[in-house]
Amino acid sequence: MFMSNPFAELSAQIPVAVMQGYIILMVLLVVGGTILDMMHKKSAKYFFLNAKKEKQNAKRTVGAGEKLVIATTVLANEVLTSGEFCNVRRRLSHLLTMWGFILFVATTAILIFGYPTSTTPAPTILPQLWHIGALMLAVGGYWFWFFIRVDVSAEGLTWWRLERADLFILSLLATATFALLWSFTEYNGYAGWSTLFLILFAVSGVVLFGGVYWSKFAHMFFKPAAAYQKRTTRADGSREDMPADYDLTDPEVQKRFPDLPEYLGKNPPNMGLGIRREKPSHY
Amino acid sequence: MPTFVYMTRCDGCGQCVDICPSDIMHIDKSLRRAYNIEPNMCWECYSCVKACPHDAIDVRGYADFAPLGHSVRVKRDEKKGIIAWRIKFRNGKKDMELVAPITTKPWGTAFPKLAEEPAPSKQMRDSQLLFKEPKYIRLDDGDLRSLKTAGLKLKEGVYY
Repeated sequence: MFMSNPFAELSAQIPVAVMQGYIILMVLLVVGGTILDMMHKKSAKYFFLNAKKEKQNAKRTVGAGEKLVIATTVLANEVLTSGEFCNVRRRLSHLLTMWGFILFVATTAILIFGYPTSTTPAPTILPQLWHIGALMLAVGGYWFWFFIRVDVSAEGLTWWRLERADLFILSLLATATFALLWSFTEYNGYAGWSTLFLILFAVSGVVLFGGVYWSKFAHMFFKPAAAYQKRTTRADGSREDMPADYDLTDPEVQKRFPDLPEYLGKNPPNMGLGIRREKPSHY
Repeated sequence: MPTFVYMTRCDGCGQCVDICPSDIMHIDKSLRRAYNIEPNMCWECYSCVKACPHDAIDVRGYADFAPLGHSVRVKRDEKKGIIAWRIKFRNGKKDMELVAPITTKPWGTAFPKLAEEPAPSKQMRDSQLLFKEPKYIRLDDGDLRSLKTAGLKLKEGVYY
């Protein structure tokens, strides 16, 4: 199953043009949904207003070279490795779902446009990556859904309680699960089941990519911009009106806040993790 | 000064939901980000402000604290043992920063060693006094003790 290209087998029943049209339609739905979402939430307006405010409060100018370093850091830290998560379990789950989704979507597009029929056999690695991507997405997604999701872990709600915020994760899970079930049933020749799972796979795909306006799908485009802005505010000294990160051993700081050397000494020790010494489990 | 959440900074980790003693920090149903559902019921304990790993929660000062439209931002640095406040007025001209120690000893080192304390007697158990009373409320010599008799001195300013 992992070696076979499910789309090549499907091309015997469905014209290649229909499969390719479906992919194009999904791309258009994502683009349209993101634009509508941006207009509705005024994300771009907020971003530029924030940038203007940041410029007014800046203590120094951030040069082009420094901006490039910030952009590279955002790419390496926030985008590729989900570094903004402070909880290791959430970070791992996000990495699994994110990279699983990227692998799954990219290989789907490559298989449908590059190797759609059995006369154009795909390199073995592509169907393997397609299945691995779907599995990663399912593992990370179900882990999140049952255990890590804040409604379950912090609010103490049951996992079957649904709300609008679940649209994205549920449609992702449905897409990955039905894709794997479709591939399995098609490979093993369960004709009726494979048709059913194919229909469910296609429908969940439409919900996932067509529901951008209502779900948090578009966060994957906005998050990097927000992370970049957050890092720039630290670099230019505007700090979003946050207090400075004081060095308590600096004589200037000690002179300005005499309480600090009086109660903490001139060279205060590391006080430890404080509230973060234990995992939150208070509800 | 009740708390509120900057939704763009929040990553929906739920630490504030966990810690809020009033159970008013909840997760938004459409964006899965935290928000204060009932600021009127906020005790202003700032547990959520302290617990938030992204400094996404701030306080909304009353008009008697600073003219409305101001920004009050708080950063609690556990490792340094300090809490820093920045209060900025609406016109941006008045911009104050305050830093105060929150602990003088590393966290978790100043717990009373209850296991080493002798077990309370029956008389102590039947008494209305709490643990370490009257010693710790300084009523042990038959009268309220003054700073002078206790050998203490009132200092000017904030002290701990």
